[in-house]
Amino acid sequence: MTQRSATVQGLLWTAPWWLGFLLFLAIPMGFSLYISFCDYPLLQRPVFVGADNYRELARDPVFYKVVGNTFIYAALAIPAGTVVAVLLAVLLNRKARGQAIFRACIFVPTIVPLVAVGVVWMWMLSPEAGLVNQAIRPVGQLVLPAAQALDNATDGAQWSQPILGVAQDLADGPAWLDRPGWAMLALVLISLWLIGSPVVIYLAGLQDIPTTLYEAAQLDGASRVRRFWHVTLPGLSPVILFNVIVGIIVTWQIFALPYVMWRSRSGPEDATYFYTMYLFDNAFKYLKMGYASAMAWVQLLIILALTALVFWASRRTVHYRGA
Amino acid sequence: MNPGRSRQSGTVLKYLPLIAVAALYLLPLAWMLSVSLKPDAELLQSNIIPEHPQVDAFGQVMRSESFDFPLYARNTLIIAVLSLVGMVLSSAIAAYGFARIRFPGRGVMFGVCLATMMIPFPVIMVPTYMIFKHLGWIGTFLPLWVPAWFGSAFNVFLLRQFFLGIPIELEESAKIDGCSTWGCFWRIILPLSKPALAVVALFHFLTVWNDLIGPLIYLSHQNQFTLALGLQFLQSRAGDTPWNQLMAASTLIILPVLVLFMLAQRTFIRGIATTGIKG
Repeated sequence: MTQRSATVQGLLWTAPWWLGFLLFLAIPMGFSLYISFCDYPLLQRPVFVGADNYRELARDPVFYKVVGNTFIYAALAIPAGTVVAVLLAVLLNRKARGQAIFRACIFVPTIVPLVAVGVVWMWMLSPEAGLVNQAIRPVGQLVLPAAQALDNATDGAQWSQPILGVAQDLADGPAWLDRPGWAMLALVLISLWLIGSPVVIYLAGLQDIPTTLYEAAQLDGASRVRRFWHVTLPGLSPVILFNVIVGIIVTWQIFALPYVMWRSRSGPEDATYFYTMYLFDNAFKYLKMGYASAMAWVQLLIILALTALVFWASRRTVHYRGA
Repeated sequence: MNPGRSRQSGTVLKYLPLIAVAALYLLPLAWMLSVSLKPDAELLQSNIIPEHPQVDAFGQVMRSESFDFPLYARNTLIIAVLSLVGMVLSSAIAAYGFARIRFPGRGVMFGVCLATMMIPFPVIMVPTYMIFKHLGWIGTFLPLWVPAWFGSAFNVFLLRQFFLGIPIELEESAKIDGCSTWGCFWRIILPLSKPALAVVALFHFLTVWNDLIGPLIYLSHQNQFTLALGLQFLQSRAGDTPWNQLMAASTLIILPVLVLFMLAQRTFIRGIATTGIKG
């Protein structure tokens, strides 16, 4: 094959991808970058306004609110999800009869359409009849006397008030969807139910750790816990890094679940109003296409910056075998 | 303590956490089914097994004007099938190009392909809407399936990895016998890649079935709704839809993917394991 015919053939075969890349990614992104510098109410022509959209963003209190909310959600859901997923993977990796069935049980929730997930969990979290509160109330009633005793003993000190408040909430059964803090926790809770994909990826990672490492550790008299800390975790660390980065990309795009679960679309006191939702509203509700595009570029930069930060922070803790 | 009993307690200790965790993860779905089978009077009771189970809620929700299940299911299937065929075919063709054709710039192009996986959807949400609006495609199914005919970076990557694992000698000997490159792709590579193609097809089907934001942006009439959008609509109407009907609608949406999952459970789990780990 000559050089030229190889090039033609290569371009022909890969055409679906690069045509799609140009039509649905490169050109739209270029266009989006341009209109992020324009005033562009959907029905009129875009007018170049320089960095006005970005300046307005920097002054927009709602922007800070959604960045804060999304950041809090990511900061809660990613660490909690990592701990739960690793533990579940270790549990499901032990040889047992019916192992495949147990794995399938953890994975099934992830194939449920998010809209249905939202509907099911609204009912699970309903204050009176909800299953979650039925499990929590007895715990709360156990904790409440202790919190009251603490409050009495400290003569109602300022710092004991939040503890008393939480204990009271638990004993009554929290109104998950109507209170800002609990609403955020509700979403984190649901994210732990939807953890099947990372668990499966961790399972594959666990099978890649050479058994000789475990045998050597056992010969040296390392306990189960120490083997977990010194063999399993370092062995899994590249996979953890991968899942954390995917987690950053996914959590910063959270949309469908809060959109379905709160009819106000923004939750109690805007507590579950997230970045992509505000972007969506700017584009399709207020028809501010330029402003929405500026938000999209800021979102891309935030995700890239967080990913870079995670890479940098992980450079000493992630172990690559054979590297 | 006799050895038999200690082995028994070991088994209990081993299976107890597994069963507990599995039950915890299935509970919400079990409860959904339970509520969908409850008569209105039982809705506020916390028993998981309905005292008087009935399927009335399913009939009511199927007949209600705000949730036309057969129509929405048909819409969703049309979009899913059209985009599924395109996604599998075009991703496979592009992946073959990256795996087997040596051409200058291939490495750079593939690098760009991988990098695009990082780009979040919201970044292109506004401009792609503009493009489709310009084409007059808003309010049609076209924006929901045409882009799939250009493959996706993720699936191209997945299939390329799979193709690279197929011995090249098969194609070399076929070529000596006069087989064209397309013939090699169609008659050797594709039949050997069924497991990987199944993974792509399954995950794409799920993506389409679950998608909310796409239909929300591009569809305008209720008779075009997909199941996900229809359920969202049913749920967001001023709270007059009883919970047993909402749960019945949810059950109806989940059932097809659940059956699919049970039929293809191994493919699913292997798919995630291989795609995730090689990233």
